[in-house]
Amino acid sequence: MEEIKYIEPSQLRDEMLRLRNEKKMDFLENLIGMDWGTPAEGDAPEMTRGLGVVYRLESTETHEHAAVKTSTLDREHPQLPTVSDIWKIANIYEREVYDFYGIEFINHPDMRRIYLRNDWVGFPFRKDDEPEKENPLNMENEETIDTTTELELNPDGTIKNVENVIFDDREYVINIGPQHPSTHGVLRYRVSLEGETIKKIDPILGYIHRGIEKMNESLTYPQTLALTDRLDYLSAQQNRHALCMCIEKAMGIEVSERVQYIRTIMDELQRIDSHLLYYACLTMDLGALTAFFYGFRDREKILDIFEETCGGRLIINYNTIGGVQADIHPNFVKRVKEFIPYMSGIIHEYHDIFTGNIIAQNRMKGVGILSREDAISFGATGGSGRASGWACDVRKRIPYAMYDKVDFKEIVRTEGDSFARYMVRMDEIMESLKIIEQLIDNIPEGPYQTKTKPIIKVPEGSYYSAVEASRGEFGVFLESHGDKYPYRLHYRSTGLPLVAIMDTVCRGAKIADLITVGGTVDYVVPDIDR
Amino acid sequence: MLTSVMPDGWAVFIECVLVALWVITLYALLAIALIYMERKICGFFQCRLGPNRVGKWGIFQVIADVLKMLTKEIFNPKKADQFLYNLAPFLVILASFLTFACLPINKGTTIIDFNVGIFFLIAASSIGVLGILLSGWGSYNKYSLIGAMRSGAQIISYEMSVGLSIMTAVVLAGTMSFQGIIEYQADGWLIFRGHIPAVIAFITYLIAGNAECNRGPFDLPEAESELTAGYHTEYSGMHFGFFYLAEYLNLFIVAAIAATIFLGGWMPLHIQNLDGFNAVMDYIPGFVWFFAKAFFVVFLLMWIRWTFPRLRIDQILAFEWKYLMPICLANLILMTLVVVFGLYF
Repeated sequence: MEEIKYIEPSQLRDEMLRLRNEKKMDFLENLIGMDWGTPAEGDAPEMTRGLGVVYRLESTETHEHAAVKTSTLDREHPQLPTVSDIWKIANIYEREVYDFYGIEFINHPDMRRIYLRNDWVGFPFRKDDEPEKENPLNMENEETIDTTTELELNPDGTIKNVENVIFDDREYVINIGPQHPSTHGVLRYRVSLEGETIKKIDPILGYIHRGIEKMNESLTYPQTLALTDRLDYLSAQQNRHALCMCIEKAMGIEVSERVQYIRTIMDELQRIDSHLLYYACLTMDLGALTAFFYGFRDREKILDIFEETCGGRLIINYNTIGGVQADIHPNFVKRVKEFIPYMSGIIHEYHDIFTGNIIAQNRMKGVGILSREDAISFGATGGSGRASGWACDVRKRIPYAMYDKVDFKEIVRTEGDSFARYMVRMDEIMESLKIIEQLIDNIPEGPYQTKTKPIIKVPEGSYYSAVEASRGEFGVFLESHGDKYPYRLHYRSTGLPLVAIMDTVCRGAKIADLITVGGTVDYVVPDIDR
Repeated sequence: MLTSVMPDGWAVFIECVLVALWVITLYALLAIALIYMERKICGFFQCRLGPNRVGKWGIFQVIADVLKMLTKEIFNPKKADQFLYNLAPFLVILASFLTFACLPINKGTTIIDFNVGIFFLIAASSIGVLGILLSGWGSYNKYSLIGAMRSGAQIISYEMSVGLSIMTAVVLAGTMSFQGIIEYQADGWLIFRGHIPAVIAFITYLIAGNAECNRGPFDLPEAESELTAGYHTEYSGMHFGFFYLAEYLNLFIVAAIAATIFLGGWMPLHIQNLDGFNAVMDYIPGFVWFFAKAFFVVFLLMWIRWTFPRLRIDQILAFEWKYLMPICLANLILMTLVVVFGLYF
């Protein structure tokens, strides 16, 4: 159960600044929009109502957590103060909240929608909104608007709208995406160029937005599991693990140790799979097409292991609430034990063909440097954050499953350039192999599924749990009002901070560097758009 | 022979037409062979088999590709500059044909042969740049324009290194005509006779020649993963076919020039004073030697392309102006000293 303190909107900024400066809460883990409904009779006095935001913060030095929430009862023009100057990631998070709930943030420099079309009518995540009625299928293209509004406070307290310009008329703006060989998904960048140098990047998201979080509010808990594999499909095991962990924690269900072992091994296999694909796609983006095949050839072995036990290669459908769907296949242990020495023996080929190559090093060293402060302020977890010197591995910070009982190193580098990001992931493959090696021989006997009630109703309250997905911290925030449907199920995306840093990191770099940086930070777009 | 039947002018005309047809046929056949070779070799490098369904070992795959390209719709973007957009592929092919016609395939079998053959070659290959720049500009597409600008800068820069490396060989051989250089190699290939400076010139020529064709580590202008196809994004059907053909044939021409100037062209492998060995080598016909050497160099270039990642445009230009050209200049001076002091074999 999360303890979330309520703060009035007028005191929000002071409280946030206090938390940031005195308590050193420099990592804004989540910024979640909520619709707590309209006040009704029979409300308890401390019940929160209205449209609001939940903030979850963490300090990277003291590892303390804090959670606050605020709300406003105004549904016509809900306004809250912004925190985007305190934590840089809040810029994109608040745009998301505006997009889905209509809450305008005062002094936010760029109050535009982010996922939905800019001519969308209504705010779909509100409980009283009817998106289909007001938005019939639109056969026209969306107009690209180059200006945006900022709400500024006048000295007398009223709000005035100020126009901010994104791209001038005279700038040379090219479109990279949404269909592009190296944006790793349907992502669109509008890039303002001067010759070959990038002046500004504006990412446009939402090309694969499927409304998963809204859909969850009308699905039962076992049904919500099916959608997690389709978020970041290269962390499918880990995403589902997070959701199952959250629901199990909320319900107080204990899973057997066998299940913990299996989940950890599957997570690590998934991590290796994802990093191999990362290597293949990065080398392909940089032009070394042979290395692409090396990565995919070895990934096939992991996918075969998955297919035998879980039935799926990409959409794996394995974890359930209380355990796993089926016991591991009799061949599983044998095949994994064959895979580990094979992979350790062949990884030198990857380094021979790419890492040591002078061209690759020149393309990656010193390119796209992300400083540690920026990484923390943007919440860029995962390999990218660790390459900038921030030790953000959830497996070490908040250990779950078997991670506190196995011995592995957290790979942290300090340079923060593309080469560091690349090497962090290559070293993580070796660490994952080490973890699997320690666990694979000792899987204890036990049930693979704990019995749960047929209809799962999570007790009232707010719950959060996070795992280290292949790309960063993947968190699940669940607020339940005691029904069999979640009231609000929010996923902390691993890729959204990574897209947010592209503008900061790539300014002044060349177009070719944009591709390198985009390839090395390693985001997957369905995770960003949800 | 024909002059006995018709006036001189006509005979020359018919001879020209026949030669032109011969050049086009050879060009097309070589293109087919090269494309097949690339697909199979690239497949083997990438741990896979390459085409193997269309005909045994996939030998008819390229024919199928050619048919596909011939039957594709050729479209014109509405706002493209029609004249420049349509002219560009022809310029590229023209440059390619002109340089192709200079290649000495066997003793006496050169279509364009005069005593400044090399000079003509370097000049004619520069026409290709025009085609590329026009295609980028005429496509009315920001991506194409960026690709064309990059390519233009790159090709113009690397022509210097190409020219200087070839000059190094000319200094040693003493003549600019192709046949003359090959005759000079009757006692041993230039790469052996010229030892160190010739080896350096060979390597720099291969690097610069790679860049000239927009291939290998220098293929940023048409980087598939960055600009989707660079300067030939907006072309389809046979227009694109021309760019495609010209790229492969340029590769072959670069390789053939390297084979001719440094590895002896159609001259068999002769070792000085080993007359028996030389006589045996002479039995293998000249064109077999020529094609074998050219394809060997093509294989080297393909190997390089499928292994290395690509350089960024500012790295490409920095590499040329700050490193490669000074090396070529120094090498030229070195070769001159070698020739003046008679320090060659």
